[in-house]
Amino acid sequence: MSLLAILGVISSAIFSGTSLLYTTLGEVIGERSGIVNLGLEGILLVSASFGFAVTKTTGSPYLGILASVLAGGLMNMVFGYLVVTRRANQLASGLAVMFFGYGLSALIGKSFVGAKINPLPRYVLPGLSGLPLVYTSLFKFDFLIFLVVPVAVLIWWLLYRTRWGLGLRAVGENADTAFASGRNPQRIRYQALLLGGMLAGLGAAHLAIAYTMDWSEYMTAGRGFIAVALVIFSKWDPLRAIAGSLLFSAAVAFQLLLQSSGVQVSPFLLNTIPYLLTILVLIAWGGNRKQAAPASLGRVYAGSE
Amino acid sequence: MSKVIEKVLHFPSLRQKSLNTATRYFLMILFAFLIFGLILFVSGKDPIQSYKDMFRATFGSAYGFSEVIVAMTPMLITAIAVAIPARIGLINVGVEGQLYIGALFATWGALTFPNLPAWILLPGMVFLGMIGGGLWAFIPGFLKSIGLVNETITSLLLNSVAPSINSFFIFGFWHSARDTNITPNFVSAARLPTFFGTRVDLSFIFALGLLMLFWLFMKYTRWGLEMRAIGGNPQAARRNGIPLQLYIVIIMVIGGGMAGLAGMSQASGYYGLLLANFSNGLGFMGFLICWLAGGNPLGILLIAFVVAVITTGGNLLQLTQGLPYAVINILLAFTLFIVLARPTLFSNRKKS
Repeated sequence: MSLLAILGVISSAIFSGTSLLYTTLGEVIGERSGIVNLGLEGILLVSASFGFAVTKTTGSPYLGILASVLAGGLMNMVFGYLVVTRRANQLASGLAVMFFGYGLSALIGKSFVGAKINPLPRYVLPGLSGLPLVYTSLFKFDFLIFLVVPVAVLIWWLLYRTRWGLGLRAVGENADTAFASGRNPQRIRYQALLLGGMLAGLGAAHLAIAYTMDWSEYMTAGRGFIAVALVIFSKWDPLRAIAGSLLFSAAVAFQLLLQSSGVQVSPFLLNTIPYLLTILVLIAWGGNRKQAAPASLGRVYAGSE
Repeated sequence: MSKVIEKVLHFPSLRQKSLNTATRYFLMILFAFLIFGLILFVSGKDPIQSYKDMFRATFGSAYGFSEVIVAMTPMLITAIAVAIPARIGLINVGVEGQLYIGALFATWGALTFPNLPAWILLPGMVFLGMIGGGLWAFIPGFLKSIGLVNETITSLLLNSVAPSINSFFIFGFWHSARDTNITPNFVSAARLPTFFGTRVDLSFIFALGLLMLFWLFMKYTRWGLEMRAIGGNPQAARRNGIPLQLYIVIIMVIGGGMAGLAGMSQASGYYGLLLANFSNGLGFMGFLICWLAGGNPLGILLIAFVVAVITTGGNLLQLTQGLPYAVINILLAFTLFIVLARPTLFSNRKKS
């Protein structure tokens, strides 16, 4: 395998991993506050379609990104209303939000299928501009890619080094205790969901506006569920999430490379590699994952009357 | 006269509270339809005509109503596939994948033994379908039982693997002469019998029977009691001598078997062949229905019916209004939101 091919794998892993990482980070925050959101798939779709539509209409990818972020936050507030205020079951609410997203995004995106947009500008990595064009074209990234690792570190800092993060994790471990120590679990969960939804919106924006530059129905193709799985994979830790989503995307890119290099294996079997690899890694790492989960994940906080 | 009215109002089933609840529900569902009508209107469609069409396609004729039953059948079975593991606290989000593998195994039976008579072939396919789904569920079940990996993550990941395996067999080996993404039509011995010239097939009877069986089993058998004990407090159950690990594996496999049966019924009953990516979220729909109903068999029946009415109506919306089929999910989601926002609908709803 040539150097160029390997670099191509890395480059495409970075591109497809970015949206996955933003989404995973958002879900890490939500789950740390004790709320599991299976509706991410729908939230991604709505954000992507809305962001794409705004980019197309206004001609500005930045406004599109803003629209995506707002849409993501808003969608998660709908979910939050159900699970926090109405105390509905989180798994069922998540899937209801997913179906809502399927419908809403199809409606929003209906007249934008196949539309062309102004993509987000890409910049060559500093210090690499002297290389030949074939290499630099692989390492031209948009600002969302440059930002994703700092954002992950920022979220780690927020969760582990600030009072707010401490409160959020406390709510995720035991909402009653957190309440007794003077915190408002419901408000904290809303804040976590808002931030998480906005991050998912950012991920969707990167997918639609910067990476594929395209809108089609169900374009997220299961990314929302993969993000939920990656959160468990990365033990609810924003920094491990970087490695997790990069690894997953590298596996995806690698199997695409195998397909294009004419390996005599059915592409459908190659498709399964990233998922099976993830399961194998989980098995190899052993069973200490359960202890890492926020203790009251998925439980309804019944209030404190 | 006033006494009569008073008596009527105090009739147990018309007690003020339940009457209020029913009215509130009705009003809110009406509200959901209003909002969706507004959405249709904004996107340039005629909401009144749309609702008329939807009504005609579901309750308007016997055939329309039978189509609702057809849509409801796989949802019922997949909901059971979630409900059984849910009783011991297992979250089976993997029904989507188990469904595919079940359909795959059943299709192997149908294509390999086309000369067998129906009374051997069909039970064989049911068995194969359940084996397929059960095998696929065995993986997360086993990994969970030895405390290695959470069943949620494994089944989510396996959900993405199963459709690919399905496609691998169709494209690679089984595809028909004309299309690469479908198998040839099954022989008639491999088709589930249908009733009264509609598309309602035998699997609807299976679904009702299984719901009944599930209810009786949970209520009257020792295993049902033990399962409830595990669901309540796994550690206490284990210390009382209930073989926890064995239960986890077996229950997960049974759940998967149900999902496989749903897959088999789609291939053998609904389509009469196997096609790539046929499910379109049936497994997730079953999951949603089960959790909305709190695992209550009657609730599953009721919610699956409502969902089926909406999706069947949506099919027509796509034909007559030129909207993407997915748009009907908005109305569906609004209705589900309303049920979700009222956690007291089914009394024995689980708290977590």
